[in-house]
Amino acid sequence: MCDPVVVKKRLPNPCNKVFSVFLFFALVLPVFIASPAYSEHGDIIINNYSDREGMRPVIFSHWFHRIRFRCRVCHTEVGFIMEAGGNKITMDKIIKGEYCGACHNGDIAWGVQNCDVCHSAIRGTKTGVRGSHRTKGPGKW
Amino acid sequence: MDKRDSVFVRLPLTCAMFCVVTFALSATIVWAGGAFTWVPLAKDKIHDPEGPAIKILQEPSAGLNMLPLDPSKVGNKVDWLKALAEGSINPLVSIYEDDMEMEVLDLDIMFPKTLEMPMVLFPHKKHTVWLDCENCHDSIFKMKKGGNPVDMYKILNGEFCGKCHGAVAFPLTECLRCHSVARKNASVTHKKRK
Ligand code: HEC
Ligand code: HEC
Ligand code: HEC
Ligand code: HEC
Ligand code: HEC
Ligand code: HEC
Repeated sequence: MCDPVVVKKRLPNPCNKVFSVFLFFALVLPVFIASPAYSEHGDIIINNYSDREGMRPVIFSHWFHRIRFRCRVCHTEVGFIMEAGGNKITMDKIIKGEYCGACHNGDIAWGVQNCDVCHSAIRGTKTGVRGSHRTKGPGKW
Repeated sequence: MDKRDSVFVRLPLTCAMFCVVTFALSATIVWAGGAFTWVPLAKDKIHDPEGPAIKILQEPSAGLNMLPLDPSKVGNKVDWLKALAEGSINPLVSIYEDDMEMEVLDLDIMFPKTLEMPMVLFPHKKHTVWLDCENCHDSIFKMKKGGNPVDMYKILNGEFCGKCHGAVAFPLTECLRCHSVARKNASVTHKKRK
């Protein structure tokens, strides 16, 4: 099929260099451009105890909360330290009004009875920041 | 004339190739478009698509598409500083005190030890509209110019600037947003070396 006579014809030919380069890019480019599906930048999974206790792990999304609160509200007033899983949150503390319970008390936000809204992750997902490029790259990154 | 040259071979072949190319191009457009929008919760690989929350939680696309777009569409794809400055969001400063205001500090700090890269300018102002002094001082940074052993390796490892950038604030792939100040003598040193 690749003899020079064919190449001269007007219809596109797979042996034509320009055309095959074009074809190559048309097929390969999407692979580079398409970003793989990942959770939102800054989503935090908290799973120190949940899996063990038979609950789905907890997802805390920064994007949703930072529309409503400055960082200081949580990281100064409520007192979350900046480390995924580092606060060792338990339901006792939440019900007492600490951590998530400072707001999820039926006053500032809906209350603690909505178990599944917080406990929403795929079972077995490990504690950590998700959705950042950190989890895509080598090592810890 | 070669049999392969006949129009009965060329025409279907051309049609087939045309289809492949059209399909590939439209797939590119759809996928590339997808990269600039938000991944639905049921497909983000952390939310349980079978869980009851999936129908209750707000989709990122619904929560974020009204906010100004990040110039390079990274992170949450939201320009959070602009969103705050132009008032498209007005996050609470305190849940305990009414009309409390952020203590905004207008102090730029230069980090000059960046080898071949432009120098790093740290703007207090852009940080203190979101954060308290004590979110950084002294837990992440000592309050002293040049007093912290910052380098790129530690940042990539999640220390210093990397505590937030890469996790919550704009990601570390945006080198020039931090490395924003060109070195005046950069070209001179290059010439000298030659
Ligand atoms: C505001 C969000 C939120 C709500 C609502 C919530 N939880 Fe939790 N829960 C958490 C967080 C955060 C943790 C800590 C997760 C971990 O480290 O695994 C947790 C941990 C737990 C744990 C394991 C630790 C412990 O305290 O025993 C159990 C069991 C649990 N939750 C059950 C429930 C049940 C049952 C409900 C509904 C009545 C509920 N949760 C509602 C946020 C929430
Ligand atoms: C509504 C509360 C809330 C707000 C507002 C908030 N955070 Fe957080 N942040 C959290 C919680 C909860 C965690 C996870 C703590 C845990 O898992 O024990 C966290 C964790 C973090 C971490 C640690 C991530 C890691 O690497 O492990 C960083 C950094 C952070 N937040 C920065 C910020 C910044 C910057 C802002 C403002 C733009 C902000 N947060 C606003 C609640 C909040
Ligand atoms: C500073 C207050 C505050 C803290 C602390 C806080 N939240 Fe929230 N959260 C809110 C508010 C306000 C809403 C929105 C409530 C509404 O829409 O009625 C919300 C909503 C949510 C939602 C639902 C989001 C959606 O898509 O509708 C989840 C899930 C959630 N919070 C989880 C958590 C978890 C887990 C923690 C603790 C790690 C936490 N929150 C701590 C204030 C807070
Ligand atoms: C996002 C983190 C962050 C926040 C928030 C922050 N700073 Fe800083 N601060 C820094 C960094 C980084 C340096 C430079 C340290 C270095 O050069 O090693 C610095 C340095 C300083 C210095 C030393 C300047 C000098 O010339 O030695 C002072 C004073 C200071 N900050 C005051 C404040 C005050 C007051 C606030 C609250 C209004 C504040 N900072 C909030 C990160 C922060
Ligand atoms: C969040 C801000 C930030 C981002 C994003 C960032 N850097 Fe840096 N970089 C710094 C700081 C701060 C230093 C330390 C400068 C000092 O100590 O004077 C530094 C130092 C460096 C150095 C000097 C050598 C070293 O290891 O310290 C190089 C090279 C460098 N960065 C390259 C990069 C490249 C390439 C990127 C993009 C992939 C990047 N940086 C992204 C803040 C940043
Ligand atoms: C405590 C968290 C935190 C730390 C630590 C931190 N940043 Fe930031 N930074 C933020 C947040 C939040 C923003 C607002 C923009 C965003 O969310 O993407 C921001 C914005 C910026 C901007 C402005 C970008 C713009 O669009 O104009 C620069 C530049 C920057 N940071 C540099 C640094 C450098 C350099 C360091 C380390 C010396 C550092 N930051 C450390 C949280 C942090």
